[in-house]
Amino acid sequence: MRQLFRKKLTVTALAIAGIYLLTALLAHFGLIAGSWSAEVGGSYEAPSWQHWMGTDIFGRSVGAKIIKGTQVAMSVGFVVSLIAILVGVTLGALAGYFGGLVDEFVVWLYSTVASVPNIMLLIALTLIMGKGILSVYMALGMTNWVELCRLIRGEVKRHRDREYVQAAAAIGATHWRKLSQHILPNVLHIVIIRFSLIFQAAIKSEVILSYLGLGVQDSPSWGVMIDDAKVELTRGIWWQLTFATLAMFLVVLAFNILSDALRDALDPKLKGK
Amino acid sequence: MSTYQYIIRRLLYAIPILIGVTLLIFLLFNVVAGDPTLVLLGKYATAQQMAELRHELGLDKPLLMQYLDTLKSTFTLDFGRSWASKQQIAPMIRMGGMVSLTLALPAFVIASLLAIAIGLLAAFFRGTLLDRSLVVLSIILMSISVLAYILFGQWVFAYQLGWFEISGYEYGFPDFIPYIILPAIIWIVLSIGPDMRFYRTVMLDEVYQDYVRTARAKGLSYRIILFKHVLKNAMIPIITNLVIQLPTLILGTLLIENFFGIPGLGSITLQAINNSDFPVIKAMTILSSMLYILFNILIDVLYTWVDPRMKLQ
Repeated sequence: MRQLFRKKLTVTALAIAGIYLLTALLAHFGLIAGSWSAEVGGSYEAPSWQHWMGTDIFGRSVGAKIIKGTQVAMSVGFVVSLIAILVGVTLGALAGYFGGLVDEFVVWLYSTVASVPNIMLLIALTLIMGKGILSVYMALGMTNWVELCRLIRGEVKRHRDREYVQAAAAIGATHWRKLSQHILPNVLHIVIIRFSLIFQAAIKSEVILSYLGLGVQDSPSWGVMIDDAKVELTRGIWWQLTFATLAMFLVVLAFNILSDALRDALDPKLKGK
Repeated sequence: MSTYQYIIRRLLYAIPILIGVTLLIFLLFNVVAGDPTLVLLGKYATAQQMAELRHELGLDKPLLMQYLDTLKSTFTLDFGRSWASKQQIAPMIRMGGMVSLTLALPAFVIASLLAIAIGLLAAFFRGTLLDRSLVVLSIILMSISVLAYILFGQWVFAYQLGWFEISGYEYGFPDFIPYIILPAIIWIVLSIGPDMRFYRTVMLDEVYQDYVRTARAKGLSYRIILFKHVLKNAMIPIITNLVIQLPTLILGTLLIENFFGIPGLGSITLQAINNSDFPVIKAMTILSSMLYILFNILIDVLYTWVDPRMKLQ
């Protein structure tokens, strides 16, 4: 019964993530919400049958902006986790495999980055790289690789001297081959679990960056919409904030559930925790 | 090895990390970042003015000298003056830190006690409906944006219902209390999701240990096992989690402080961001990294005190 409940929950979460992805792709190719910037009604019209999420200050449809924002959020999630995984896995694998000076350098590097509070590093990076989606990608990518790197380093270190790697060495496998063909597949589950965690963390951080004025420019994002609400709420305009929050809540929730399910499935030692 | 020797050794180990942090900050602000005089003087600045300001700020020195300046300020804690307000940075941070603490400390204590209690409760009733509801609740709490909590909280409880002050702050005890209640509640709601999940996992780790089975077999009640045995053995991860959060308390929370007009370190940082006030941002970053490193050492020292089996190495 409990298993079934979990499975149902996981499938639902997967379906939600799929719908978001599809929405983002459709928006990316301009098939939906391509005209999000068009004026469709008066300024600040409350949700109605015509515009069921209401309109914003310029009379643009909040619904269309949410969809366009989905594209931004999903791209932030993907690109950021990609950068973090690339950096984290490369450095972690090198450090764990070669040990010695390489290891000491990588440990020093991630200890350094870990000592700077995330939010300060984020601010510094975006401030310096200028505003825009590119620096959002980079800043979030550069702050999210540390934990993954630490985990991969530890795991690769454990695997380095196992028999199967020695066997590979015996038949003349190169360092590269041992790492990429033999060790990495055995630590891949960590990457998959971290991926869904970084994905939702990135979406949440984008909102904060947007609030600080360091986020996405000239494209609607959930962060910008939530940020707009700080002047709107006193006038009783709740719909932009509510729907942007809801849109974000659902996808973050789905990824949280997915990462739990992935951990249970791929890392049975931690099951049920 | 005595504790003192151990502490000194750990402090020495911290030096390369601290140098790494200053190097990182220096690279970001003095090398990668563009010419700050352009931002400071506005777009009608003449080349002459810019050169003068650069000289005044010490930005025309060789990079190595600039880095040594950064390093010096790290060890003397003298970060110079703010570009925006021309105030000395060190006293600014001291004042702001106190303000941040008046909000952060009570919120942190209450949130931690609550989270540990709920974690214990969930571990005690593991697998039941209560446990599962608590887990689901924590995931839901974690999935809502920080900003949504702040905006809705402020709007509903301060603006619509008028139960709390909307924003502002007054110095001195007990004048500040009315201003920190709502921010503190929001803080607690924010941190309770991840915390309670963490503590639950920690307790569950212990619950399946052999000593619990032994205690159970000799007839102890679950309540005694949980409070006298499990809680004590779970102390290490609990202490780690508590101490590691301490630096962030002093740093304050950027968003909550800003929204409620509390003039703590969070607000100071945010203002510095808006003004491109590099020295303040640099000082805040270096200071918070130092705190993080120091508290990490503190954790290691505490371990040996909590669990004498741990050897000082």
